[in-house]
Amino acid sequence: MLKIKNLEAGYGKLRVLKRISMHVNSGEIVTIIGANGAGKTTLLYTIAGIIRAGAGEISLLGKAINQISAEKIVAAGCSLVPEGRQVFATMSVRENLVLGGYVRYKKNKINIGQELQYIYDIFPVLQERENQLAGTLSGGEQQMLAMGRALMAGPKLLMLDEPSTGLAPLIVKNIFQIIQRIRAAGNTVLLIEQNAKAALAIADRGYVLETGKFILQGPAEDLLVNKDVQRAYLGREVEA
Amino acid sequence: MYWDQATECMPRADLEQLQLERLQSTLYRVATHVPFYRKKFKELKINPDGFRSLEELRTLPFTTKDDLRRNYPYGLFAVPLRDVVRLHASSGTTGLATVVGYTRNDIKNWSDMVARILTATGVDADDVVQIAFGYGLFTGGFGLHYGAERVGASVIPISSGNTRRQIQILQDFKTTALVCTPSYALLLADTMLEMDININALHLKYGLFGGEPWSEEMRSEIKSKLGIIATDNYGLSEVMGPGVAGECSLCNGLHINEDHFIVEVINPNTLEPVAPGELGELVFTTITKEAFPVIRYRTRDLARLILDPCPCGRTFRRMTRVIGRTDDMLIIKGVNVYPLQIESILFDIEGTEPHYQIIVEREGRLDKVTVLVEVVESIFFDQMKKQRQLVELIKKRLATELGIGVEVKLVEEKSLERFEGKAKRVIDKRTL
Repeated sequence: MLKIKNLEAGYGKLRVLKRISMHVNSGEIVTIIGANGAGKTTLLYTIAGIIRAGAGEISLLGKAINQISAEKIVAAGCSLVPEGRQVFATMSVRENLVLGGYVRYKKNKINIGQELQYIYDIFPVLQERENQLAGTLSGGEQQMLAMGRALMAGPKLLMLDEPSTGLAPLIVKNIFQIIQRIRAAGNTVLLIEQNAKAALAIADRGYVLETGKFILQGPAEDLLVNKDVQRAYLGREVEA
Repeated sequence: MYWDQATECMPRADLEQLQLERLQSTLYRVATHVPFYRKKFKELKINPDGFRSLEELRTLPFTTKDDLRRNYPYGLFAVPLRDVVRLHASSGTTGLATVVGYTRNDIKNWSDMVARILTATGVDADDVVQIAFGYGLFTGGFGLHYGAERVGASVIPISSGNTRRQIQILQDFKTTALVCTPSYALLLADTMLEMDININALHLKYGLFGGEPWSEEMRSEIKSKLGIIATDNYGLSEVMGPGVAGECSLCNGLHINEDHFIVEVINPNTLEPVAPGELGELVFTTITKEAFPVIRYRTRDLARLILDPCPCGRTFRRMTRVIGRTDDMLIIKGVNVYPLQIESILFDIEGTEPHYQIIVEREGRLDKVTVLVEVVESIFFDQMKKQRQLVELIKKRLATELGIGVEVKLVEEKSLERFEGKAKRVIDKRTL
């Protein structure tokens, strides 16, 4: 699905990602864990085409995407759910979702009503709030809206940037269950999280990003028992 | 049969991506956590962040057995001891022991690798596996043990030695798979023949042999005496232990577990890579090990890579059996001779037993090699003429194959020493 080789990226002279390589297979949930400032968001932004890669290769479904624009990357099948939701507060829930489907509508004239229903089936609460302004939703509902909006583009790969930020534990649990359901429906998920324990619990594989390098990678269950990961990212509660 | 088909048969391009990812993080970890590598990289001005391709591995320095010895016991560990759950030490076949450690994940990966090899031979949960490798600091016993348990087989941890007891358990416990060195398998077979045990009545189906070099002829001998499928497996404690590579049931080369190791083959003298498929020294880099990663470890084992893909469907490359060690290579009259070459020839000749010893001496300024070969009783007590003919035949064959003349002496059956662990076939009396 996604293959990255020797990727370098940063801001101006600041090199944030230092020749990293990773891959995501079809149907997988892969998580990238790491502390603040490790380069997680930079990585997602670079994949999404918001930041240009300084060097290296990114390919999606065998097609190089590091030289094409962000909107074309969405059309190529890779959608990003940004950190902090970033919903359009002054537009209704329905309008936010319809906007998400715009790329596809433009290309294939998809049936928006049918697509909306698909999203509403995953997030029933969005249907209840269909005509409400997005800004009036709770944090958890906004997160669902942001995910729904990304799914409207019909992505093959859904990238989530810290979906648990600022949400109550119960809501986080709910969001993570939904991520698993999205995967079960045939999507591939790249999940970035500071909540390493929750992310590794649902992921197949994980990468540990530290100061712009992957210091470890492997099956999620291996990372959960890795002592370095436990000390740095999981806190002491994991005394398994 | 596959243990993990998705991995063992993954497309080469995906495998190379995986290797690159794992190599990059391994280099980062050794450069941060292991002072030996940090210093070495710094001296050679190597930037571990600067890695772009698997080929660049060639620019890194080798790690040798001496490096391991100099850092005895824990100097090369990449994790603190509290993360280490197991320690092993090399058998010290050639000098001082070296210590290696494993984290919980290392043990899990190791068990999986051994499980692949057992499964590839045909072993599954219905099998009864008798492990006659030594348990203890040697990785053989525990390595195979954990893999066999992972497969779900019933494991008999009998360890090495006590041949009579081995045979009794082989019969009583209805062992279906035997794990030991090939020379010990032959010893077991011969002892059973001597004891008049009906080998056909045993339940034995598989033999997984490793720990020492052996020849194709020796395999035939084991197969015919024990009536089993005999596969070769390879490993060394410095890299992991048994399970680094193993044969599938086609018995045509050992699949290297390339998702955990990167293999290179070098010329031991020039240290340059040999041409693809040529004989050379195996060099391994571990790419998943947590406790004891090694970069370009020189194994001193000689083998070649097999370039064609295996019909079994596994995409992991194969290596030939190890045909010798760089350090048991004998230089006789300037010619490189490996004991295994001699073994192959002996096995081929009617009337000889697969037990031999090579004695190297120096007479004046000349090297002199004497090969002691056990022969079957009938020949030994036969007429002198027949004996002489046999000696001449062996001499001639050896001279053609090795390119040097050797002396041959026939000895009585069972007069040479038998080995329960690794066999020692060469006695070098030269003082240089």
